[in-house]
Amino acid sequence: MNNTDTIKHVKGESLFVDDFTLHEGTLHAAVFDSTIAHGKIKRLDVSKALDFSGVRAVLTSKDIPGENQIGNIISDETLLAEDEVRFIGEPIALIIADTAEIARSAREKIEIEFEELPVIINPREAYEKGNLIAAPVTFSMGDVDKVWDECDLVLEDKVEIGGQEHLYLETQGAIAIPTEGGGMKIVSSTQSPTAVQRVAARILNLPMHKIEVDVLRLGGAFGGKEDQATAWAVMTALAAYKLGKPVKLVLQREEDLRMTGKRHPYSADFKIGVNTEGKILAYEATYYQNAGAVADLSTAILERTLFHATNSYYIPNVKATGISCRTNLPPNTAFRGFGGPQGMFVIESAIHNAARKLNIPVYEIQRKNLIKDGDKFYYGQQIKNSNAQRCFNEAVTEFNLSQTEDEIRKFNSSNHYVKKGIALMPVCFGISFTSSFLNQASALVHVYTDGSVSVSTAAIEMGQGVNQKIRNVVANTFSINVSRVKVETTNTTRIANTSPTAASSGADLNGNAAVIASKNILERLKAHAVKEIGESNPDLVEIKNEKIFYDGKPTKLTWEELVWKTYFNRISLSSHAYYATPDIYFDRKINQGSPFAYHVYGTAIIVSKVDCLRGRYEIESVNVVHDFGESIDTKIDLGQVEGGIVQGIGWLTVEELVQNKEGKLLSNSLSTYKVPDIYSIPKEMKILFLKDSKNKYGPFNSKAIGEPPFMYGIAAYFSIINAMNEFRDNSGMEISAPITPEKVLLNLHQPVKTESTAR
Amino acid sequence: MQEKLHFVLNNEEISGEFNVSSTLLSFIRETKKLTGTKLVCREGDCGACTVLVGELNNGEVKYKTVTSCIYPLAKVNGKHIVTIEGINGVELTPVQNEFVNEGATQCGFCTPGFIMSLTWYLITHTNYTIEEAINALGGNICRCTGYASIIRSAENVIKSLKDGNSNGGETLRKLIKLNVLPEYFTDIKIRLQQINEKIAAETDSKPYQILVGGGTDLYVQRFDKVVKSNIGLTEHLSKAYIREDGNLIKISGNMTFEQFKESGIIKKYFPRLQQQLNLVASLPIRNSATISGNIVNASPIGDLTIILLALDASLILSDGKNERKVKLKDFYKGYKLLDKSEDEIITEIFFSLDFGNHNLNFEKVSKRTYLDIASVNSTMFIAHSEGKINLCRISAGGVAPVPLLLKNTSEFLSGKEIGNAVIEEALEIVQSEISPISDVRGSEEYKRLLLNQLIKAHFIELFPQSVNIAELV
Ligand SMILES: Cc1cc2nc3c(=O)[nH]c(=O)nc-3n(C[C@H](O)[C@H](O)[C@H](O)COP(=O)(O)OP(=O)(O)OC[C@H]3O[C@@H](n4cnc5c(N)ncnc54)[C@H](O)[C@@H]3O)c2cc1C
Ligand code: FES
Ligand code: FES
Repeated sequence: MNNTDTIKHVKGESLFVDDFTLHEGTLHAAVFDSTIAHGKIKRLDVSKALDFSGVRAVLTSKDIPGENQIGNIISDETLLAEDEVRFIGEPIALIIADTAEIARSAREKIEIEFEELPVIINPREAYEKGNLIAAPVTFSMGDVDKVWDECDLVLEDKVEIGGQEHLYLETQGAIAIPTEGGGMKIVSSTQSPTAVQRVAARILNLPMHKIEVDVLRLGGAFGGKEDQATAWAVMTALAAYKLGKPVKLVLQREEDLRMTGKRHPYSADFKIGVNTEGKILAYEATYYQNAGAVADLSTAILERTLFHATNSYYIPNVKATGISCRTNLPPNTAFRGFGGPQGMFVIESAIHNAARKLNIPVYEIQRKNLIKDGDKFYYGQQIKNSNAQRCFNEAVTEFNLSQTEDEIRKFNSSNHYVKKGIALMPVCFGISFTSSFLNQASALVHVYTDGSVSVSTAAIEMGQGVNQKIRNVVANTFSINVSRVKVETTNTTRIANTSPTAASSGADLNGNAAVIASKNILERLKAHAVKEIGESNPDLVEIKNEKIFYDGKPTKLTWEELVWKTYFNRISLSSHAYYATPDIYFDRKINQGSPFAYHVYGTAIIVSKVDCLRGRYEIESVNVVHDFGESIDTKIDLGQVEGGIVQGIGWLTVEELVQNKEGKLLSNSLSTYKVPDIYSIPKEMKILFLKDSKNKYGPFNSKAIGEPPFMYGIAAYFSIINAMNEFRDNSGMEISAPITPEKVLLNLHQPVKTESTAR
Repeated sequence: MQEKLHFVLNNEEISGEFNVSSTLLSFIRETKKLTGTKLVCREGDCGACTVLVGELNNGEVKYKTVTSCIYPLAKVNGKHIVTIEGINGVELTPVQNEFVNEGATQCGFCTPGFIMSLTWYLITHTNYTIEEAINALGGNICRCTGYASIIRSAENVIKSLKDGNSNGGETLRKLIKLNVLPEYFTDIKIRLQQINEKIAAETDSKPYQILVGGGTDLYVQRFDKVVKSNIGLTEHLSKAYIREDGNLIKISGNMTFEQFKESGIIKKYFPRLQQQLNLVASLPIRNSATISGNIVNASPIGDLTIILLALDASLILSDGKNERKVKLKDFYKGYKLLDKSEDEIITEIFFSLDFGNHNLNFEKVSKRTYLDIASVNSTMFIAHSEGKINLCRISAGGVAPVPLLLKNTSEFLSGKEIGNAVIEEALEIVQSEISPISDVRGSEEYKRLLLNQLIKAHFIELFPQSVNIAELV
């Protein structure tokens, strides 16, 4: 099946925030933001902007009726800066005008003077100066310090990992419409309607029930609209509240790139101890997370880095410390993988370098240390139903690793400067919000008297196909045609207290809630069916393809008739149901527990080809065995894997965020920040579905899909490094992602000797 | 600037006074409220705003794709503009259908752009190949799908249309029958002819403040200014041409990259360049971007400029009264400083090919291989006989404040035998001629190294037999 929106998408009929027909009199906002990364606001004069023809108001922090606070985990983020700015792009004032162009032109007229303060953009420097978002956190098991001496090889190194711009194609945006009685309806491109509602209520000093948030669909999000859609939505609400008129704000691309946070860059140290057989005996890592200026979701993201510090491996002695460092960059935020990719990249770097030193294949170390049932994750969770080894071994055999290696060897020996390299990447990704309380969802299902069904949940459709999955599970539960089922917009008046659609959990949590709601109605239908057909045992009623059977035999009833008759007999055809993931907990006093309902497994094999003359590379092939559980929708799931892989490859290859030391983003447009295009994707991509994988926590035995495939991209980095090594030994090369063509070339060749005319 | 325009938008005839300095996209989305065409980057870099522009050419309507976000509205006069709404019918088109079948759309924001690009490919080609179809999609960015499903859709469409029509020669009628295009396309030719008669009767040229070629630099770099200025279009100056005149190749100043790339002369004299020009921008940008725009924009890294420098091209400049010639290599006086007065227009670019046995190689390395500005680019033009270099010109971009002809290096190489030692010696001269700076496209150290590597690449590509590759790389 397809994503529910598919037909509308191909006709260009799907509406996004910027496409809605506006209410008459809608005003438009523009954000005035800081041009320096750190400083005190000495003077702010908006009078010239106010005088600009067509401008209706210029709002600053003083105009906020409630609390000027949008931080959700830690209260350290203002909606509009008060007396200090902490990053370039930090909102200071809001201009409201008849058109967006006028608002932006008037923005130029605002006068501001700063007293500049020192700027920090490097997380290690922030750490040294004591600029932390929160106290460092350590997870551990065993005692690494006792084991180093027993290891045949102990290696230490440093790893640099770049950030990543989400580049959702639809920029951030919202429309706020005042409602009668002093309330507000907000149409927002957000993954977290409740966050928008809660923060708008706080800013406007209103009860939450006065704020309605409605979300139709998002033009991509990838985590970038989990916490960071809130500010813009709340700004429109503030303006609409102040002016009593609808207000729209859609960021321009350059504003979005400048003002919003990205995937966190990390700097990390690792120490790994292995024996000659390749068993990892101990692993220690310290992560310096570049959080940006305020907390946003950084602490939760850092925690997931720690949860995934050992990726798919069982290591008896582990100590991992995460330090969230406050710098003068826009607040970095959620992005597919949520800190997991950084954690995995560090251990893969450690294994890669250890294998080089021991002169054994990297995959030998990977294979020998894969987790299996009975092992324990170092944060305390028992490993059950592990498919790590199955995925790995199947990848090796199904894709014929040794033959591929032979072909690569042949190719490399017959080519002077084009070299191929290969790398494997096992992935083990934990499913559930690690903040346990978020693992809850509810669904509202109505069956109408014509037999059509409407479903509301907290899930946000952003391209991942969650609405289609929910349609599928509801249709399956009733055994009716999926065309009868419609998924509604996500709306806080229908579904309250929603968790963000994030952590790959949207289909699990909301799908399970929708199944429960559907079952409630189904039971009532069955109970009534026996009356209609003059039988007694509802348990013997079964609906199959819209026909009603009793004790295996067809009855005269159809779905539509049963629905109508049930209604006619005054029985409710609606249900609101609730689901909370069972069996999960995590004790933050000891940093031990069982935070994940289950794990998703898989292994990728990536081959790349490097032109060592020019420093360019191509990804030749990506072959994957992935554990989907029992996929609810293979087409959607395949799309998630392919898209995730390409995004992961982008993160580690061409996607480079460049800032100058004043904290200004230099890769600030699509002409300087490059995401994969149709030419840069793998020439070949094969995804095998692991067989016989069940999962009682996912609807119909399915497994979550959004994030795990992203991390297969890590193999692209190491395959390129390995190809480079075929041209010239590159052991000792700095571990630094992304591996841009610049880094490739500079690592392959001696620098040119010149009397550099330094300018 | 308000001016009269007559054109067809989808199936609707539009006539009236509009701000012609504004963009086609804002007309489509804001004036006509057709929201299927999306705004993502407003700089030509993503293709979400792709539409078709159909134009009468020798009695036929020829379509091309453009990025409407930076396409001046003035350019639509007399043309047919097709947005996603203009190809929608009751049934899905085969392209739309295959996107549905393969799940080639996730969030959907990029989708209309892809549909338009692929539709363009189908209506302008006959023997479909997947490689060409991918080239047609090279300017479209998708952040969700990883493109694999999009490529599968393209393969399916090509296959299904081929099966339906084995000779591959789709005429407009067949395309309509196959539901690739809606019925109303039948009349577009006649409607455009009528409109153009109307326009011809009206036209009077007005003074302008800014001269626009394709607008692909102006609308990216100076958007706010251009949309408020009076603009003139170089496409009105003459019909674009490239022709041989004795030993000279003459190119009109308003020729687009794509016209240049696809011209018979380039295919005849520089077949490898024709392929390499795929590395320049993307198809919709090449459809608009003109060679003179590239030269006058004076980016130190302009690809066409770097190619023309190695060809030792000359420009004909005219201010309407007087004409003069200037060598391209002498045109740049400093960073964005030109030997050109405000009202001079490049009317023609020409170069000589009177050098016997010659070759040309273009090299470009950017962060992303396609649709990206180079970190360093270089062209080598070389005339040679039996391993001896008779004449050599090497140009290099991204290594100086201006597009650079490496004069000393070129002089040094002329007269030499091709071989590793000579090349290594030349590279030392190269390094003394350049002055790269560190920026977002690379560090100084990288650019110095990269240029050396690209010059080695010129020789390896053109003379693999005359150099010791293993040692040279
Ligand atoms: C997405 C994108 C990708 C790009 N990729 C590349 C690339 O890979 N390589 C590359 O080299 N460039 C690239 N460019 C830059 C751009 O396309 C070129 O520089 C192009 O040649 C500019 O031509 P134009 O006709 O669009 O110029 P315009 O924007 O119309 O004009 C540029 C300047 O030239 C002047 N001008 C135009 N025509 C004449 C004339 N006949 N006489 C005198 N002055 C004139 C204008 O007044 C203006 O000052 C890219 C641009 C975009 C938007
Ligand atoms: S909006 Fe990106 S190319 Fe036009
Ligand atoms: S489907 Fe989301 S960008 Fe292509």
